Amino acid sequence: MSIEAVRSGYNFAYLDEQTKRMIRRALLKAVAIPGYQVPFGGREMPMPYGWGTGGMQVTAAVIGADDRLKVIDQGADDTTNAVSIRAFFRDLTGVETTEQTEDATLIQTRHRIPEKPLMEDQILIYQVPIPEPLRFIEPSEVETRKMHALEDYGVMHIKLYEDIAQFGHIATAYAYPVKVNGRYVMDPSPIPKFDNPKMDNCPALQLFGAGREKRIYAVPPYTEVRSLDFEDHPFEVQRWDASCAICGSRDSFLDEVVMDDCGNHEFICSDTDYCRTRVAEQGESA
Amino acid sequence: MYVAVKGGEKAIQAAHDLLAQRRRGNPEDPELAVHQIREQLSLAVDRVMTEGSVYDPELAALAIKQSAGDLVEAIFLLRAYRTTLNRFYTSEPIDTDHMQVERRISATYKDLPGGQVLGPTFDYTHRLLDFALLAESETTAQADMGAAAENAETKMARVSALLEREGLMVSEHDSGNEPADITRDPPVYPCDRSARMQALVRGDEGFLLALGYSTQRGYGRNHPFAGEIRIGEVAVSIIPEELGFEVEIGTLRISECEMVNGFTRQEDGEVRFTRGYGLGFGQCERKVMAMALVDRALQADEYDEEIKSPAQQEEFVLSHCDNVEAAGFVSHLKLPHYVDFQSELELLRRIRKEDASRSEEATS
Repeated sequence: MSIEAVRSGYNFAYLDEQTKRMIRRALLKAVAIPGYQVPFGGREMPMPYGWGTGGMQVTAAVIGADDRLKVIDQGADDTTNAVSIRAFFRDLTGVETTEQTEDATLIQTRHRIPEKPLMEDQILIYQVPIPEPLRFIEPSEVETRKMHALEDYGVMHIKLYEDIAQFGHIATAYAYPVKVNGRYVMDPSPIPKFDNPKMDNCPALQLFGAGREKRIYAVPPYTEVRSLDFEDHPFEVQRWDASCAICGSRDSFLDEVVMDDCGNHEFICSDTDYCRTRVAEQGESA
Repeated sequence: MYVAVKGGEKAIQAAHDLLAQRRRGNPEDPELAVHQIREQLSLAVDRVMTEGSVYDPELAALAIKQSAGDLVEAIFLLRAYRTTLNRFYTSEPIDTDHMQVERRISATYKDLPGGQVLGPTFDYTHRLLDFALLAESETTAQADMGAAAENAETKMARVSALLEREGLMVSEHDSGNEPADITRDPPVYPCDRSARMQALVRGDEGFLLALGYSTQRGYGRNHPFAGEIRIGEVAVSIIPEELGFEVEIGTLRISECEMVNGFTRQEDGEVRFTRGYGLGFGQCERKVMAMALVDRALQADEYDEEIKSPAQQEEFVLSHCDNVEAAGFVSHLKLPHYVDFQSELELLRRIRKEDASRSEEATS
């Protein structure tokens, strides 16, 4: 099917305007109560649940003709699902897309926050599989909503404490729970805890969409986001002994790439835009 | 440098081309037409319409063609189409008392007003492969529509109404409330009966079948009898605001099942049978029976029954019965998880290193 045919058959950004309005109302509530999960009438999207339908609905609700969209998965612009979602919005909106973090007005992401610091006029939209940070401790939604209402987060600290007792570390390496604005415990989506500090006091608006679970939540700009920890076991991020095999970075999140059958491996930046920018800068200075 | 793990637009396009080729099969064989699917794979079409929640045999047949017969994929296609459609009207409730009955059976009475009408059913067929169909020289069987045609016009009393009249069965009341719309409103638990029924209609047949079956095997027993199963056409009407009276806009072919379930003592002190209800588009008898069993199991709370089995737990059943949601979330495991895995890998290595250095210290 040609792009023109697809675009003429659907509204701008796929969703009808009433649905977008409903999502925007949920977003406003989410921004007003940072970290609180707002139920919304999530729609079926033409992509499978679990593949970013929540993030896509949020993007569809906020995207305008002047926006420049960047889509990443695992930090990379060229992973298949990022390619697919970017193509979807390009086909159904005609907006400009970009791979450069600083050029984007909207960034839809799965599992990473870009390495380059975000700015005030940017919106970061997270794809969220399970929005409820307490879900794996308490499977019932009725119970977890009550726990949030009563700010009853003792079980979460017990879980973290049990990790320390058993492994000497908090055994959560991604989707590491945070407390937002001193009130709600929130799941930051499955980003590595390496990225958690970037959420704190971030100038950009951070929106979270969970399509299958039909929840939206948000962190407004310049909001305190604290990763849960203990005084004697302070929160810390991952470190690598290696550096990126392409750009040499020691500060970015590194993906491990297996080189041969013997298990030899190298590390490369998970953020492809960051890595490419560094290589370009090195080329200039050389 | 190894970069092949990341795929681009070209790879996706090539995969889609390959899929289209596989779907088409041998190009020397004639292409399957949508109307052939609609006519000759009608039970698949009915399932896709029911769980896809759009009554449109042609689109359902198209979805089956496009998905190469993967019905969960076809349901997904239809749902993704449905979600963009405008709502013009809410129809008046359909009246299954006035169904043009094609099939109507009751397992609770040997005979009853309107009689037992077998209709088109696999029941009582011997499941022997019919090799004659291999030869593709099928002659059209001329069915005798006699009894069904006679019954078609009359209102057929329902088993549940007979029992209700004697005060033997709890009666269902229309609360008059606007029904929930689970495609527009997020789920809240405990949820409204209408929301529960909608979720069950859209729910995966296999999942509901297994849950219904589990109640028969003791996990939340509710002593079911197939009080009545009927399949046929019902009229759909709307009341346009500018007219103010009912206008019939078409018919739906549906399947309906009313289970008569074990009796309990009611609040008024009387002992009565309880009931479960199932409904679906087209001919989907297995689905509506399973749905009725699960519907009854989910009423456990209303009858102060102990809730200890999966089929009785509303949140568990309703939040896992949708196959579009379930298939999506299971299949997302195919998406890259390098970053999460890397995080775990780093942590595991660190713990192991610390363990090793601790045991070295202990031995030295």
